[in-house]
Amino acid sequence: MVLFIIFCPIVAAILIMIGAPARKTALAASVLALAAALFLLVSFDHGQRDFQHVTSFPISPEWHLSFTTGIDGLSLVMILLATIVTLAAVWFTGTIEKYENAFYACLLFISGGAIGAFASIDLFFFYAFHELALIPTFLLIGIWGSGNRVAAAWKITIYLAIGSFILLLGLILLYQSFPVPARSFDIRALKAAAGLGQISADAQRHVYLLLLIGFGILVSLFPFHTWAPEAYASAPAPAAMLHAGVLKKFGLYGLLRLAIPLLPEGTHHWANLLVVLLLGNIIYVGLVTIAQKRLDWMLGYSSVMHMGYIFLGIASATILSTTGAVVLMFAHGLSIALLFGLAGELRKQTNTLVFDELGGLGKVMPFASLAFGFGIFAAIGLPGLANFAGEIMIFFGAFKNGWEMAHFHIFQIATVLALWGVVISTVYMLRAYRKTFMGTMSERWKAIVDLRPALRVPVALVVGGLLCYGFFPQSLVQKVTPVLRTYLTGDRNLTDMEFGSHGAVSPCVTKQYRSSASTQRDGYNAWQITRR
Amino acid sequence: MTMITAPELEIAVLVLGMAILLVEAFAANIDKRALAFVAIAGLASVLVASFFVAPNPSTGQATGFWSFYTADRLSIFFKQFSLLTTIFVLVLMIDYAPVVRSSFPGNTPQAGLGEFFALPIFTCVGLMYLVSAIDFVFIFVSLELVTISFYVLVSFTRRNPITLEAGTKYLVLSALSTGFLVYGIAWIFGATGQTNLQQIANVLANPTTDRNAALLGMVLVLVALGFKIAAVPFQIWVPDVYQGAPTPVTAYLSVGSKAAGFVVLLRVLQPFLALPQTQRLIVVIALLTLIYGNLAALPQTNLKRLLAYSSIAHAGYLLIGVACFDASAISFYLAAYLLMTLLSFAVLIIVAQQTGEQIADFDGLAKRSPFLAFAMLIGMVSLAGVPFTAGFFGKFFIFYAAIAQHQTALVVVGVITVGCGFYYYLKVVRAMYWQSANKTDKIPVNGLSRLAISALIAATIWLGVYPQPILDALKR
Repeated sequence: MVLFIIFCPIVAAILIMIGAPARKTALAASVLALAAALFLLVSFDHGQRDFQHVTSFPISPEWHLSFTTGIDGLSLVMILLATIVTLAAVWFTGTIEKYENAFYACLLFISGGAIGAFASIDLFFFYAFHELALIPTFLLIGIWGSGNRVAAAWKITIYLAIGSFILLLGLILLYQSFPVPARSFDIRALKAAAGLGQISADAQRHVYLLLLIGFGILVSLFPFHTWAPEAYASAPAPAAMLHAGVLKKFGLYGLLRLAIPLLPEGTHHWANLLVVLLLGNIIYVGLVTIAQKRLDWMLGYSSVMHMGYIFLGIASATILSTTGAVVLMFAHGLSIALLFGLAGELRKQTNTLVFDELGGLGKVMPFASLAFGFGIFAAIGLPGLANFAGEIMIFFGAFKNGWEMAHFHIFQIATVLALWGVVISTVYMLRAYRKTFMGTMSERWKAIVDLRPALRVPVALVVGGLLCYGFFPQSLVQKVTPVLRTYLTGDRNLTDMEFGSHGAVSPCVTKQYRSSASTQRDGYNAWQITRR
Repeated sequence: MTMITAPELEIAVLVLGMAILLVEAFAANIDKRALAFVAIAGLASVLVASFFVAPNPSTGQATGFWSFYTADRLSIFFKQFSLLTTIFVLVLMIDYAPVVRSSFPGNTPQAGLGEFFALPIFTCVGLMYLVSAIDFVFIFVSLELVTISFYVLVSFTRRNPITLEAGTKYLVLSALSTGFLVYGIAWIFGATGQTNLQQIANVLANPTTDRNAALLGMVLVLVALGFKIAAVPFQIWVPDVYQGAPTPVTAYLSVGSKAAGFVVLLRVLQPFLALPQTQRLIVVIALLTLIYGNLAALPQTNLKRLLAYSSIAHAGYLLIGVACFDASAISFYLAAYLLMTLLSFAVLIIVAQQTGEQIADFDGLAKRSPFLAFAMLIGMVSLAGVPFTAGFFGKFFIFYAAIAQHQTALVVVGVITVGCGFYYYLKVVRAMYWQSANKTDKIPVNGLSRLAISALIAATIWLGVYPQPILDALKR
């Protein structure tokens, strides 16, 4: 089933390249993939802590390299996000004048690459699948982009190429940090070996730094973020939806999947650096976002800014905050895809996204303005929409982190500053809404029509997802928390029996994890994050 | 099944080459392209036969023929490599035949074609001997066999002034490098009294040997081999010769000559590994080659010249492997390099006959021939090192070795140069897919080329997903 979800878009893309009818094939493939993902969601076995639906094809026995796929709660949530956004993105793609088949093939390659990366248990394929999106992105922006597409396409491609190469070096170093018999590309085997303390604290620090830079470039962590707004502003809307909504989450997913369980010492060691950088995302990029004069650029910068919250959740490495990070990844993916999709539709009709030229469009596009409203309120983090659940878990988790320390802890300072980020995002989002949909309408826009009824389906799908998980975040939390609990507290049996003698994890980190785990168990039962 | 011994492979290829020359001389009226097909069939059967050769590892005590010829796994692998390269080069030459014909005006329409198809076979014999050579004398002789047949091939379409310039440059500089090689061998022989590499290693292990003299000899040999593999600072000839030579010959130079150069480099460096200066020297050369090749490739507008600089850049990555002395990483990289370079040249030859060799001549190729554009796309992304292509695994193994040996400088420079690589390779992709074409007529591809290109695409992707066959072939 997992293989089906990965190869459904990829096979469809190949068929389209050969000459199958582009839109029909792409829609069919993305509907099938979403259906399969929903089936996995329903049939998910909450009792099992390890990966489910595992299939494995050996590639190289001497390197312990195999094509292994499977899902656990964490990857299931990401796959669900990927399939929803893929369907929305394909649906939002209208008729393309130039090379229509290639456009749909590129979209599906990006989608298949992202799903493959989320479903891979093998490090090599985890990396390789993500790279599958690189060339399609280059082509999508280069051929069909708008604005300064040439510069944007070069910038994103070279940035991401270098970022992923640094990531590759980090992964190689990670592989080599284990003693020869324990070396494997299988994440489960690595985790078991790391649990036995086979990766030294020194190595953890080096690997974590490389992974942080590599993943950081891919996720547009400050100061490696400059490619993102330009690329998203120039990309055709479906490409921006997939890239900002799904593909960018790969780096965050990678940190959760690799850094948290394998490199606790590295996570601890570089936490201060990461906090400073993520505040750069939230505060600096947030202020830059306010200064934007175009809707597409503003959305691009806002997606960079929101990465800061997720990084905060990951950096503080408590169960509550990392769970919140995953929920926010999911929610942000949906909301930013919705916003980019609507902005793309707007651009098709107006040919401009400059705020000063827009205004009053709510009169002619009531449905679009309603949907856009949902998008921005989700992005701000209003209760009732999924982003709120994620953000509040991150803030609580990060603030709790370091509770036992005597002095004011860096995570508490960071949380306080990050809360101001919510104000910042309220300012720019509401301003964008006002300048686009409120006020007096220029005569030019009289002929504009609302979203076609066909396009209301994907909008409803995404808004439905945001509302559904906004009211019932537990259903995501239930799936994600057990995984993160084993990552942060070690093996569960070990946790219950003797927690202190936990291999390479330094006493300080263990204590921190343990304290946060126990306080959460006592204090936040309302979130139902414990499944005991 | 009786096992074939390794030297029989070279003898078979040699006989094939002579037979083709004789047929060419006495049967003047046949279609000369038939010779190429015979040559391809002959080489293919030798290639099949090579899989039944039992490798026998060389020992220090070997005498007679076996004291300068080895049939270890590495040499068998590279014999197959040379055969495969030559087969593909012959396919490219068939495509290129009209250009050769047009450069021999007069009333003999097929003049020159026979030699054009026969010479690569002799080059192939030279390459096959070279990868087996473990004695300096034998290295020298087989290297000359390769080089002399290349002298002729490079300047084959000699009425073209650019080709003539390329031929002269190659001749002069190659002769100079040969001089360095002989001089270096003389120094090593003088210091150690041996020409067999194993014996030299034994003598060098003896503390009374004059190591400085031997080291000087090694550096001189390195100059000569640096010329062959296009390492900085011996790369000056590469862009002009690559651009001027007939395109199939350029492909042959860039794949066959380079691969053999690296095998010899590995063998020659073996005795000197114990000396710490050796590795430092190689690291410096690798750094210079990486930086020069990649930076100089950035502004190129002629695709052949771009591929010339890219060949220097790849020599840099391969030298990282040499600095870490990882033979299997180098071999895998070369195998990947064979596929992707020949793929690019195959497309280049077909497109260049329709439009030209500039990158701008590839504008809108995706409209004119989606097949060729896709082939070039795979070639370029593989050269750039995108996963699921053979080129990625090549870089992966090379950098794996570099990280394992803590070669920080090489790794850091490698990151930057990989970024550069993405720029100049994707420039070609950009031309093919973004730009619109001046001409819109379709580009015809004949059946044999279509088959060869499809095979190269399939192999590039196959090795990018499943590298194990090559790793198995190299396992000792």
